[in-house]
Amino acid sequence: MSTRIFGSGIKRREDPRLITGKALYTDDMVLPRTLHMAVVRSPHAHARIKSIDIRAAKDAPGVMAVFTGQDLDCEPVPCAWLVPDADLKTPDHPALAKKRVRYVGDGVAVVLAESRYQAEDAAELVEVEYKPLDAVVDPEKATQEGAPRLYGGVPNNIAFRWVASSGDEEVEKAFEEADVVVSERIVQQRLLPTAMEPRAAMAQYNDASGEMTVWCTSQNPHIHRHAMGLVLGIPDNKLRVVAEEVGGGFGSKIPVYADEILVAWAARKLGRPVKWTETRSENYQATIHGRDHVEYVDLAAKKDGTMVAIRGKVYAAMGGYLSTAGPGVPTILHGLMYCNVYRFEHARCESIGVFTTTTPTDAYRGAGRPEAIFLVERLVDKLAAELEMDPVELRRKNLIPPFQDGYDVATGLTYDSGNYQAVLDQALEMAGYEDLRQEQEQARQDGRLLGVGVTTYAEICGLGPSQVAGATGFQGGLWESCIVRVSATGKVQVMIGTNPHGQGEETTFAQIVSDELGFPVEDIEVVHGDTDQTPMGWGTYGSRTTPVSGAALALAARKVKDKCKALAAHLLEAAQEDIAYEDGKFFVKGSPEEHKTIQDLALMATVAWDLPEGMDPGLEASQFYDPPNFVYPFGCHLAVVEVDRETGHVELKRYIAVDDCGPQINPVIVAGQVHGGVVQGVGQTLYEGAAYDEQGQLITGSMMDYTVPRADMFPNFELGHTETPSPHHPLGVKGIGETGTIASTVTVYNAVIDALRPLGVEQIEMPMTPPRVWKAIQEAKANNVTRKQS
Amino acid sequence: MKVSLTVNGTRYERDIEPRMLLVHFLREELGLTGTNIGCDTSQCGACTVHMDGRSLKSCACLAAQADGRQVTTIEGLAQDGQLHPMQEAFWEKHGLQCGYCTPGMIMAAAALLEQHSSPDQLSEAEIRHGLEGNLCRCTGYQNIVAAVQEAARHMKGGSS
Repeated sequence: MSTRIFGSGIKRREDPRLITGKALYTDDMVLPRTLHMAVVRSPHAHARIKSIDIRAAKDAPGVMAVFTGQDLDCEPVPCAWLVPDADLKTPDHPALAKKRVRYVGDGVAVVLAESRYQAEDAAELVEVEYKPLDAVVDPEKATQEGAPRLYGGVPNNIAFRWVASSGDEEVEKAFEEADVVVSERIVQQRLLPTAMEPRAAMAQYNDASGEMTVWCTSQNPHIHRHAMGLVLGIPDNKLRVVAEEVGGGFGSKIPVYADEILVAWAARKLGRPVKWTETRSENYQATIHGRDHVEYVDLAAKKDGTMVAIRGKVYAAMGGYLSTAGPGVPTILHGLMYCNVYRFEHARCESIGVFTTTTPTDAYRGAGRPEAIFLVERLVDKLAAELEMDPVELRRKNLIPPFQDGYDVATGLTYDSGNYQAVLDQALEMAGYEDLRQEQEQARQDGRLLGVGVTTYAEICGLGPSQVAGATGFQGGLWESCIVRVSATGKVQVMIGTNPHGQGEETTFAQIVSDELGFPVEDIEVVHGDTDQTPMGWGTYGSRTTPVSGAALALAARKVKDKCKALAAHLLEAAQEDIAYEDGKFFVKGSPEEHKTIQDLALMATVAWDLPEGMDPGLEASQFYDPPNFVYPFGCHLAVVEVDRETGHVELKRYIAVDDCGPQINPVIVAGQVHGGVVQGVGQTLYEGAAYDEQGQLITGSMMDYTVPRADMFPNFELGHTETPSPHHPLGVKGIGETGTIASTVTVYNAVIDALRPLGVEQIEMPMTPPRVWKAIQEAKANNVTRKQS
Repeated sequence: MKVSLTVNGTRYERDIEPRMLLVHFLREELGLTGTNIGCDTSQCGACTVHMDGRSLKSCACLAAQADGRQVTTIEGLAQDGQLHPMQEAFWEKHGLQCGYCTPGMIMAAAALLEQHSSPDQLSEAEIRHGLEGNLCRCTGYQNIVAAVQEAARHMKGGSS
């Protein structure tokens, strides 16, 4: 038996085109007679549009057309996660604002010109007269009486109020009867997803055939096709969406955006291809943002450290409009994870979605789950300090015991499998935890501020069972489908409905097929990102591609294998149950020397000269797969930081990540996902934060002002893993795309607070920049002096 | 205005707007779309190319300024069908995910090593510092650093 391809860290199959500059991203596409679109965007956070004068722009060189909201005859931009039982308000979101703008960057007009330079020049000539209105950028303040209102029909700007509770009375009682309650107000600052490729779209309409093709930067081209078809009134069998090469998404390329709709609308209107690519500054204004919560959270415990109940009240900014999946993020993806890996008896989340005069928010890597794990782990550390317990021992005391097939938590979820003790043990061993604490003690005596943060986490991903999607208001299913097609020469095409954009499934999915059928990976091409070439699927996000699409693929490959067995039995003149399979060869049990290779069978199935009676020609299988449950990866992360007390600078000295995503198809790719996720999570703790001023101006409007983490900010991370298969997945695998982000923000946060504990610092606003840390140190020193004096 | 420059060994003459950026010249006039654009403030480095052997953010340079110069883009890095050691190393060490920053990152890293007489002596910290002008949102940089170290072992002596 050769080395198994499943589990092997082979080099990625997508890389040759990417390292040579031969990859074609949306903005690289060129069509003859293309018009370039520029969007005129509101400079005000909140204003009435009094008038728009397009005359000068229309007369500018190269300009073909200028359109405003009054010209549009398509449906509004849809929201697709209509969370039920939450009094959800869904005001219209026109692709171009007609009467009122609701964030800086809201589109008011588009200019179509022969070149991009001409389009941008002319966009500057569009004169819009605004009557500015008051802005409100803080989601908590926006709900208060007297706050500026964004919509007539939305009192207090409350878009929805959603509650998930294990029982309100029981939760109340648990808090009343608790020996200890720890509480915190947490601000999850707004983040800019910053996929390195800005968004882009190009559309071509054929008015003779009625066919529309849209190339765009999408994580989910089938959702784009479905939604754009409805908005533009194009039958979806005439609408093709292509997003073959996408330069990162992190959630920001899930939504169906106004700009994409405008490109397609204008292409149809003008009868010429239309292309638009955002600048980075435009990206920061008009591409969705992430996070932006104000949370009030409490944890109830017994004196001995037994954690009993947890609750949170969350004000979650939705921005000026509801983005495609916006309402699902601070609700379903957030409030159901309040138990994390602990045996809480009671849990409650009240999530209030709030309109603010800011860029709409939506799923950003982790989407609701980093916020949940942050608040739980923050409270656990706070409880440990309160009880003067070691934070590791407190966690260990409350961990859910190991389970292989289902564990019900108080929020109503059934986790699939977990062994939280094992990841904790491994991380502590890798870190040398006892020694670290001694080192910390010594450092403190030397006047140095060394801190350790430890997080145990589980996350919900592999979205998800379609029944759950329906029950939670998602306007679609969450199943996946795929086709495995084998040619006469034994070459394989795998068509999937998901759309990897950096995660490496062109490689890992080839490994799945190779493992199941014995074709060499070089003979397997994974096709994605083109709705005309791939079967329906709901896209790549929520760490769902391998858990859902990968399951469909494994089952499709097994169908192919079953057919091969039947054909081999016929050709070898044996009964099907006597056929064995090994390494791409089919043979009668006990006689491996006389065999049919998978390639032999592909040829015979395709030419169909000699098939068993009743067998259809061809070697191809199609498979739909709706997962019976989510998957729940888990792990333990540990950070060591040192704070410079003179400057407030935080140095991340070590970072240990032990994650369990079940069996790893390609451990090199898994590690890459963890590295990237950790940097994004730590980016939130230490560096990143989108800021608005009181007038609603985005003051982090470019890469000059928003800190995207750089190479010199991090050490090499130390990775470990355990392997606990999911009981319901055909390959046992779970997702790994978001774990790093989910676990790392709070791990480093807790490490910094741990470092500053001798000074009495309990909280610092994120990102924990040197000025903020320095200020916290100075304030703590001042308080200590005051305390001593009084 | 007329410009004349050599890109990947081929001499091009074009009549362009004086304000045209080098990156737009490469992408739109020459169709060399391997050089990507990731920002509008010269922070991200996705558009890094070599001009007369030194790395340069091609969004921070007018095409006019490249008149008479030698420019190498990612498309011109491989020689005679052989990947450059830096390209090989990025592939070998999983130094890329979505690939969008990769051409600029490879060009910047290749120039970083070329500038050192003994690139294999560069420390991890020096490599990280040397790449701070190039942003990657996917990899967390760890495997990029590993790739540069790997390439350095193959580029000993400052030439590939």
